[in-house]
Amino acid sequence: MPAVEVRGLQKSYGSVHAVRGIDLRVEPGEVFALLGPNGAGKTTTVEILEGHRTRDGGEATVLGHDPGRNDRALRERVGIVLQQTGVDEYLTVREVVEMVAGYYPRPRDVDEVIELAGLREQRDRRIRQLSGGQKRRVDLAVALAGDPELLFLDEPTTGFDPSARRQAWETVKGLTALGKTIVLTTHFMDEAQALADRLAIIAEGRIIATGTAAELIGASSHATMISFSLDDGAAPPDELGIRPSGAGWELETDEPTAVLHRLTGWAVGAGIELRHLEVSRRSLEDVYLQLTAEAGAVE
Amino acid sequence: MSDLALALRQVRYENRSFWRNPPSAFFTFAFPLLFMFVFNTLFGEGAAGFFTPAIIVFAVVTATFTNLAMTVTISRDQGILKRVRGTPLPTWAYLAGRIGHAVLVTALLVVIVAAFGALLYGVDVPWGAVPAILVVLVVAAAAFSALGLALAGVMPNADAAPAVVNALVLPILFISNVFIDMSDAPDWLDTVSHVFPVRHFADAMLELYRSSGVAAVPWLEVGVIALWGVIGVVLALRFFSWEPRR
Repeated sequence: MPAVEVRGLQKSYGSVHAVRGIDLRVEPGEVFALLGPNGAGKTTTVEILEGHRTRDGGEATVLGHDPGRNDRALRERVGIVLQQTGVDEYLTVREVVEMVAGYYPRPRDVDEVIELAGLREQRDRRIRQLSGGQKRRVDLAVALAGDPELLFLDEPTTGFDPSARRQAWETVKGLTALGKTIVLTTHFMDEAQALADRLAIIAEGRIIATGTAAELIGASSHATMISFSLDDGAAPPDELGIRPSGAGWELETDEPTAVLHRLTGWAVGAGIELRHLEVSRRSLEDVYLQLTAEAGAVE
Repeated sequence: MSDLALALRQVRYENRSFWRNPPSAFFTFAFPLLFMFVFNTLFGEGAAGFFTPAIIVFAVVTATFTNLAMTVTISRDQGILKRVRGTPLPTWAYLAGRIGHAVLVTALLVVIVAAFGALLYGVDVPWGAVPAILVVLVVAAAAFSALGLALAGVMPNADAAPAVVNALVLPILFISNVFIDMSDAPDWLDTVSHVFPVRHFADAMLELYRSSGVAAVPWLEVGVIALWGVIGVVLALRFFSWEPRR
């Protein structure tokens, strides 16, 4: 049985159609990322699955339960890190985790949770004395307190500096080693690429692509980008589909070996140096920008 | 853990948090005592017989209605309520924790105000009326807590809470035999004040505080307060929201 299964999910706020027929399937033990620009419907989708919002249409199953019914039995098996939440600022980290752990039938050890969230040194500090990043870790600790099978992480690293983001990724990877199923939303490509087994790109309330990062990149045409610059006055050959880009030139190709051979052959023959020569695979970011731009153009 | 144990546990955490903000805790208790001191000084000899029960009423309304309407709205806008909603804690147990703590503070305030009146102003505690007073206090604390949650439900946002709550509470306190003796008030205002629960609460407390020997429970006043409490519960159930409003 999949951990999460969604078919034809719909949700509107007044005249705004936030989610327009989404299908998803998340397998147990998998890290699944919902990737999309702000306002694409990511948060609405996960909040429906968390039981915070009711859907207008479609089917949704979370660990075999209908999330719209807000069953206690389901809440006992799910951990949630919302985008914006608060905790009692006058309690200490340990007190908050201990308080929440008490709500669950089989909680994880409080000190182990604090360790997992990377808050060992702050365990006896009051929440109001913590930094923004540390408070976000408290959100994670609270979500882990009940030892959930399934974790929802809504933009878990938004507002983090690069090193804090890397640390958070390590934490999430540690959770997958414990066998947790994770559904996360993000608008950072590198985050989805680093953490997710599979991902779905969502735009304008619809899923526009789904698969592993490698599948998404491979599925798009012209997967390799070659760029270089030339000394003043020199121009590249007309063939190969080379186009100007900034101060240099670039081309995209499905056959990088053959194209590079012809390009370098031309350069050696003409006695010209290809400065700043770079060969790169298209990143997930390129695919994402292309797909979301296409989705926007259709609207 | 049973749900009841969870609710009691919430009261303990609320309580711990409350005492960790000493300025807030101090002024919660100093506020009614300051009013009592000012009124007794202004109105002189004999006023304390009126102001001791009146300030008890004021303390109960502040510690339940005002307190819950403000703090629950703030918790909602901080996302604390939404987080609780995502855990298995039953919502009633969470709210019982909030109300339980408010009632604990209320009980302490009532004792302090009564002691203040007895020791500083010679207003004896009417021991024979204490059972009846307890009935009135329990019903009033429950009703004003429910009304506080109802007001939090319709409150647009936390920034508006102090203005809205004070604009509702202060005028009602002024016409309800709490800050000012209503015996010389125009008839129409006297009638208006009887619509609201605070007037009935104050009249009941004044009556019981002035009684000698064993006093009966003023069921009519208690009934009106309870009716308002039921209205509060219905409105709270209808409008209560777990989501921050922005």
